[in-house]
Amino acid sequence: MKFKILSLFFIVITGIILIYGVAGMPDLADPDSPASRHVSPEYIQNTYKDAHTPNMVTTILADYRGYDTLGETTVIFTAGIACILLLKNLKGRKSHD
Amino acid sequence: MINKSDDIIVMTIARLIIPFIQLYALYVLMHGHYSPGGGFQGGVILGASFILLIITHGIVEARKKISKKAITLFSSFGVFIYAGIGALCLILSGNYLDYGYLSKILHVDAAHARSLGILGVETGVGLAVMAVMVSIFINISSFGESAPENNTDEEE
Repeated sequence: MKFKILSLFFIVITGIILIYGVAGMPDLADPDSPASRHVSPEYIQNTYKDAHTPNMVTTILADYRGYDTLGETTVIFTAGIACILLLKNLKGRKSHD
Repeated sequence: MINKSDDIIVMTIARLIIPFIQLYALYVLMHGHYSPGGGFQGGVILGASFILLIITHGIVEARKKISKKAITLFSSFGVFIYAGIGALCLILSGNYLDYGYLSKILHVDAAHARSLGILGVETGVGLAVMAVMVSIFINISSFGESAPENNTDEEE
């Protein structure tokens, strides 16, 4: 019981800190936020010139953020391999036990 | 174990519609440069077409078209294409995954090389996603048995 009260106390404190942090974030779709002033115009102006691809999302996903997409693909691949390894001969193993 | 459907309507419609689903998947994959879409979406649609084949025609019939070994190979081959294109850029004196340097072997300017590099990478992603989806579905639906014949062998 004591432990529960203590953990509740810490959860409330962490929540207050997080909400305080959110208050410092720029507003949604604020044109003066750092991302909208620096990163987005760079992409909007240069994607077609850099990669001849009209779809900006594709260029950012596969070119500017190529490492991220490589990681995503590896995560999916790992999920598939883990599924194969976990389920391999599941029935055969059961009957031997 | 998923058996063959005994409904002729379901089987005929599935047989008619599967090629079009696969064609649409390739369209989504190739047209990712111009419209919403790309490797992940195209791969999922392609995987869904194979899953429809397994559901309607049974796992035994479907295995003649897509063996488990081929699916496992495809999933690693997709990641290999992606990482391989990145490594190719490295070999051509660029940074890892800097497709502009592919222009040296593709004989186009750097911007077009980047466009083609994106297409290659998306193909790899699509292959991996398709193979992993089908692989997970086959494994879960067959309890990880390597072949459906094993089941009858055990019962004898």
